[in-house]
Order: sequence, then structure tokens, then C-alpha cells
Amino acid sequence: MNVIETTGLGKRYGRTWALRECTLAIPQGSLAALVGPNGAGKTTLMQMAVGLAVPSAGAVTVLGGQPAGSAAALDGIAFVGQDAPMHKNLSAGDMLHLTKNLNRSFDLHYAQARLAQLGIPLKRKSGKLSGGQQAQLALTLALARRPRLLILDEPLAMLDPLARHDFMATVMAAMADDGVSVLLSSHALAELERVADYLVLLSGGMVQLDGEVEELLACHRVLTGPAAEADAYAKRLNVILARRAEAQAHLLVRSGGIPEPAAPGWQAHTVSLEELVMSYLRSPGADVRSLVPQEVAS
Amino acid sequence: MTALTLAAQPAKETTLRPVPWRNMLWVTWRQHRATLISVPALFAAIGVFLLIMGLHIHHDYAVLKACHPFTSAACQALNSNFNMTDWTIGNTVNILLNLAPALVGAFAGGPMLARELETGTYRYSWTQGFGRARWAVAKLTIVAVTITVAAGAFSQLFSWFFQPFLAQESLTVLNATVFATHGIAFAAWTLLAFSAGALAGMFFRRTVPAMAVTLGVYTGLAIATWTVLRKHYLPAVVTSGPIPYTNGPTNPNMPWVLRTWTSGHTQWVSYIPVSRFWPMQFVESGWLLALSILLIAATVWLVRRRAA
Repeated sequence: MNVIETTGLGKRYGRTWALRECTLAIPQGSLAALVGPNGAGKTTLMQMAVGLAVPSAGAVTVLGGQPAGSAAALDGIAFVGQDAPMHKNLSAGDMLHLTKNLNRSFDLHYAQARLAQLGIPLKRKSGKLSGGQQAQLALTLALARRPRLLILDEPLAMLDPLARHDFMATVMAAMADDGVSVLLSSHALAELERVADYLVLLSGGMVQLDGEVEELLACHRVLTGPAAEADAYAKRLNVILARRAEAQAHLLVRSGGIPEPAAPGWQAHTVSLEELVMSYLRSPGADVRSLVPQEVAS
Repeated sequence: MTALTLAAQPAKETTLRPVPWRNMLWVTWRQHRATLISVPALFAAIGVFLLIMGLHIHHDYAVLKACHPFTSAACQALNSNFNMTDWTIGNTVNILLNLAPALVGAFAGGPMLARELETGTYRYSWTQGFGRARWAVAKLTIVAVTITVAAGAFSQLFSWFFQPFLAQESLTVLNATVFATHGIAFAAWTLLAFSAGALAGMFFRRTVPAMAVTLGVYTGLAIATWTVLRKHYLPAVVTSGPIPYTNGPTNPNMPWVLRTWTSGHTQWVSYIPVSRFWPMQFVESGWLLALSILLIAATVWLVRRRAA
């Protein structure tokens, strides 16, 4: 089952397309990272998935075919928007009861225990909590609903490194205990490296790269060799990004299936997720989805 | 830190039972406590003032009525005192009350949805299991009913307060400013202003423009009703001869004279008798209620449709 499935999804604001031709299938049980530069369409995609925005083109379904925004979709998806939107004049305890009343199921004991553990006083107004506490409160409200899919828009932006770690630990615990799937947008690539098992990279309103992280890492390599031979060698390869130092060239290449051995004089290295994402972000023109062999794309 | 674990997830029911409507009672109370308390409290506070003043005014009026002979200097002094002091208060309160629905509409209706959009909390509210259209219907209904009931109860007290003036000042209860503060029309106008405020808030997505538009729409509609609409609710009575019920210095049954004219040697008059007060109240409240429901429906439709 796919927790989010889009076909030709597009959203236009006025004459500008915030998202175009977006076709995705995010499998159940994964922690999918949604990355891309500011204005790439990450928030737009999420808002359409939770029913806050209506597509201008194409379709989006969630939780195995439910229309986005339908009663079943709202029931099964918990969404935390950017900057953790909450009623600032309500206390943390009131926010718990508000969320309890607005949903079919809400685990009040879990929520209260978690806030106690985090040291968030129930009587404090949510607007008076620190950025990190607000993010944790919003996450607690979302998790206590026991969603099947958790959608988090830039949840780490307001957090310091320690709070980021705690936040992600909570998300990972919920995935392990409750089998919740997660879609998370973030600029914190280093944080995602450890946790993400599915990647969607948006650029300029289009999907530039998507797939299982393991498979993406397996089919990308950096080839390092003499700069003089780089151009000739690059012609035979699917080069995403070429960087040249004085005498050496580094080519990030994508191969379908089993990669060929590197040419004589060249060395192959595996890439990290951060390196991979950075390379694609540096070359926004590299649209390689059409070149992806079927067995990798599926 | 020790990991808190969630209890195993129960199998989802095949058909989803919606979150019960009654849950919105607490939600609306908690979120709109200020409005739900302040509007009835404001009406209650003015009500206490009217009650105290009203007792004085009713006393003054009773003394005046009992004064005999009416032409005596003492009675004339009472009479002019009532017309000066008491009527100044009564008239001022009545004119101010004509603005009350607009203020309630602007301050209670305007922010209802505009504040959610302004602060971004709609991203929270509209993604909960309750569903955004039902959420809007429930909270708008709860607040609208509370405000309307408070306004309705208040205008009954005001009608009692104002009673002596209708006779003493030879006013007709069908008079432009008096009609709207009496009967059930006051409550209906308050409901209309609230609904207009809610729709404007959803449309403009900003509290301040929504409040301004609410004041403008209410004023325009109220003036149009006074000057154009109200006289056409029911056909006027046309007779020849003197205008009925106008003899005598004081008369609580003053009709609303629309027009007098002479044709040949006959004087004609078209007027609306006071006996039509309640039918006209029902007509006015009826269309205001229908329009309010329409505005709230449009608001809910916008909540459903509006892209974030």
C-alpha cells in the first residue's frame, strides 16, 4: 500500500505553477524525506496531501486510495504545519483537550505522560512555550491521534541540535511502536541521513529524484580521475554533476542496474545521502527520472 | 530518556463514524469564550442600566398620567420635564442600540474565521478528524445562537423600557429607528450582522477589513430597509379623511403615515396601522433569518473550497 500516491499532480497560484507533473508513490512504513530548495513546492505538495489545498491538475490519494481531505483521510493522517500552528492563547492542556474533541481517537494518557516527560507544563499557554517545546507539543498532539501517516512540514527548523535529536527520536519510536508512516520535509540533510528510507527531491516545482534511499545510494557513485580525461569519459556516463579540481575531476554518475567497473585510472566511491542531495540541488537541470530503469524506479 | 510507547493500534472500523457534533460544544466554548461571555455580559450590563432607568421612567410617566388637571402648571412642569430629561435618555439609548448589531457583528463575527487564517491555525483546525465544513457549521451555529438569544432577550427588556415614550412622544412603533430595536427584529439584525462578519472574515482572510465591511454592509442594509423595503412588507391602508388615531396629545397607537395628498376636495392618506407591527416583524425577521442562513452557508462553502 502507498500512503501517498500522486499522478500528474499540479498546483497553480495565479500564473505560477508551484508544483507540476508530480507523480509519486510513497510506500507504507517508510520515513520519506521531502527535500528541495525554498519554493520548490514541498509545502504545496504536503498541503494537497492533507486536503488544505485543492489540486489544479492531476490527483492525489492517501492511505491506499482515499481521496485527500476525505473523512477517512483526515482521520488517519496527522499533519503538523510549518512553525507548528497552534492556538497561542490556549494552554498546552487545552490543546490536548481541543485535539481530543476534534478527533475520533486520542490517547490522552500518552499525551499527558509525554508532555510531563518533556517538562512542558500543561498550564502554560502554547504561545509562551519555547520553539522547541511548541514543536514537541505539536508532535505530541499529532502522535496521540494514533495516525497511520504523519506529515511534518519543516518540523526541525525551530529546533536546536539537541531538540532535533529528541524530536526525531520520538518520531522513530512512533514508527517502531505503532507502524506509523512519516513524510517529513526538511533542510537538515545531516539529520535525514540517519533516518530517511525514502527520498523525494523537488526542484522548481518538479520531482527531480525519488525512490528508496538504499537503491538511490546503490546506483550513484562518484568517479575520481584525471581532469584531462573527464570530458571524454563523461560522454559514456550519465553524469549528474561534474566538479573539477586542478588535476582531478569528480563525476557523480548514475547507473542503471549493476554499475560498470571504473575505467583505468579512475576510482569509484559510494556517496552519502547528503552528498547525493547536494549534487542534485547543484544541478537543477538534471532530470534523470526518464532514464531510470524500471526495476529501480518501482 | 525512556521511550513512551503507544498502545497497539486497534483495527480501524470499516465505516468511519464521524466525531460527534457535541464535541464542538467544548471546542467552541474554549476557543470563543471571550465572545460567548462578553456579548451576553454586555447586553446584561446595559440591561441592568435599562432596568434601573426604566423604573424611574415608568414612575415619572405614571406620576405624569395621574396628574390632574393636565393643564395645571404643576402637570405642565412634569410634562416638560419628562419630555426633556427622560426622553433624551430614551432617544439616545434607542439610537445607539441601532448600532449594536453592527458592533456585535464586527467584533464577534469578523474574527471568527479571519483570525484562524491570519494566525495560520487553520492548518491545525482543518486537518483534524472532525472535518473543516462540520467544524465551521458547528462553531458558527453555537456562537450565532448564543448571540441571537442574548440580543432577543435584551430587546424584550428594551421594549418595556421604551413603552412610555411611544405614547408620550407620539412615536409610532413602526418608526424607522424604533421598529428595529423592538420585537424580534433586533435579534434578527444581530444575527445578520454576525453572519455578514463571519463571511467577510472568511472572504478577506483578515480581521480588520472584515470588521469594516461588516459595519458598512449593516449600515447600508439597515438604511435601505428603513427607507425603501419596510413600507412594502404589507399593502398600506388608503383612506380619505383625517388620519386615524392622531387625535389627542398622547397616543400609543400612532400609525406610520406614508403619504397624504388631496385630489379635488378629498384628502387622502396612506398609512400602516400599528396592528401590523407583529406581521411586519415576522416579515423582516424572516428575510433577515433567510439571508443570515444564506451567508453562513456561503461561509461554510468557502471553508470547504478555499485553497490554503
